[in-house]
Amino acid sequence: MSENIESGTGRDSASRYSRGFRDGLPIALGYLSVSFTFGITAVGMGIPPIAAVLISMTNLTSAGQVAGIGIIAAGGGYAEMALAQLIINLRYALMSLSLSQKLDRKYTLPHRIISAFGITDEIFAVAAGKPCAVSSRYMYGLITLPYIFWAGGTAAGAFLGEILPDYIKSALGIAIYGMFIAIVIPPAKKSRGILFTAVLAALLSCAIYFIPLFGGISSGISVIICTVIAASLGAVLFPRDIGDDGEAENG
Amino acid sequence: MADFQYLCVSIAVMAVVTYLIRMLPLAAFRKKIKSKFALNFLYYVPYAVLSAMTVPAIFYSSGSVISAAVGCAAAIVLALLEKGLLTVAVCACAGVFVTELIMRLMGAM
Repeated sequence: MSENIESGTGRDSASRYSRGFRDGLPIALGYLSVSFTFGITAVGMGIPPIAAVLISMTNLTSAGQVAGIGIIAAGGGYAEMALAQLIINLRYALMSLSLSQKLDRKYTLPHRIISAFGITDEIFAVAAGKPCAVSSRYMYGLITLPYIFWAGGTAAGAFLGEILPDYIKSALGIAIYGMFIAIVIPPAKKSRGILFTAVLAALLSCAIYFIPLFGGISSGISVIICTVIAASLGAVLFPRDIGDDGEAENG
Repeated sequence: MADFQYLCVSIAVMAVVTYLIRMLPLAAFRKKIKSKFALNFLYYVPYAVLSAMTVPAIFYSSGSVISAAVGCAAAIVLALLEKGLLTVAVCACAGVFVTELIMRLMGAM
């Protein structure tokens, strides 16, 4: 398998960067439509276009940014902003924790501190799906295009969104979810544990969304509740073979 | 629209909180986790997160639940065929676009 070569010593860092760069292209194109939509939404709420671009350049997250511009538009306090971001983006802590187990030995603290900025749902999913340890060069490559397209798409939406017809905007709204489906379904075909976890998380998410009793739960908290329950049950009911060195044998 | 300073501080608060959430676990956990439950849990986290974020939100992501359902079905079929991320995302958009075009022609939208 070609991926195994990169964990060896034969490949130089430039090729690991370019491999990550290529893997980032589909993520970047997916982000283009979502960030474009974000730019349109932000300007529609009264946020100056340049501020919308600045938010995308410093945050690099979809759900947190949408909640953030809502709070800014409503003139909410800084504490409310911090708490909302903490709750909605807490899933990144779980992802960072998961990814910390998959980094190669040369992934030093400075690289961790810098590359942590680029951990998103999709970048994490691609990195986590690699069959081998992840190098810092690969991560930088993977982050490059999604970051540029996220910022660029926001700028395009913020400055040009007004001229786009509604039926195009409507069709672009599903792009990010299509990408999520493309990440989850192929591994779910091969692993009953992943299939179980994904289906359970979807059912719990629907329960929280549709049952009136849970009406006060925000979408950010809902994701955390569903994730903790589904991933815990998945881990208990479908444990994978993990050797004494902590490496999964059927990764 | 709120003043310039409020805007800047709000954006800074967003950025710093979001960054720390990502950075602290990655920087703090230099050792390998030994707990088998923890490793299995972390292995399943991304699939649970993406699934919970997609359902039911995908059905409210376009102009109507019907067009979104068609786009979703297109995405599921292509993902089952193991097509790439971009192909699946573009076909989901195309599914929504074509469905809404038909609905508009039939006067349903």
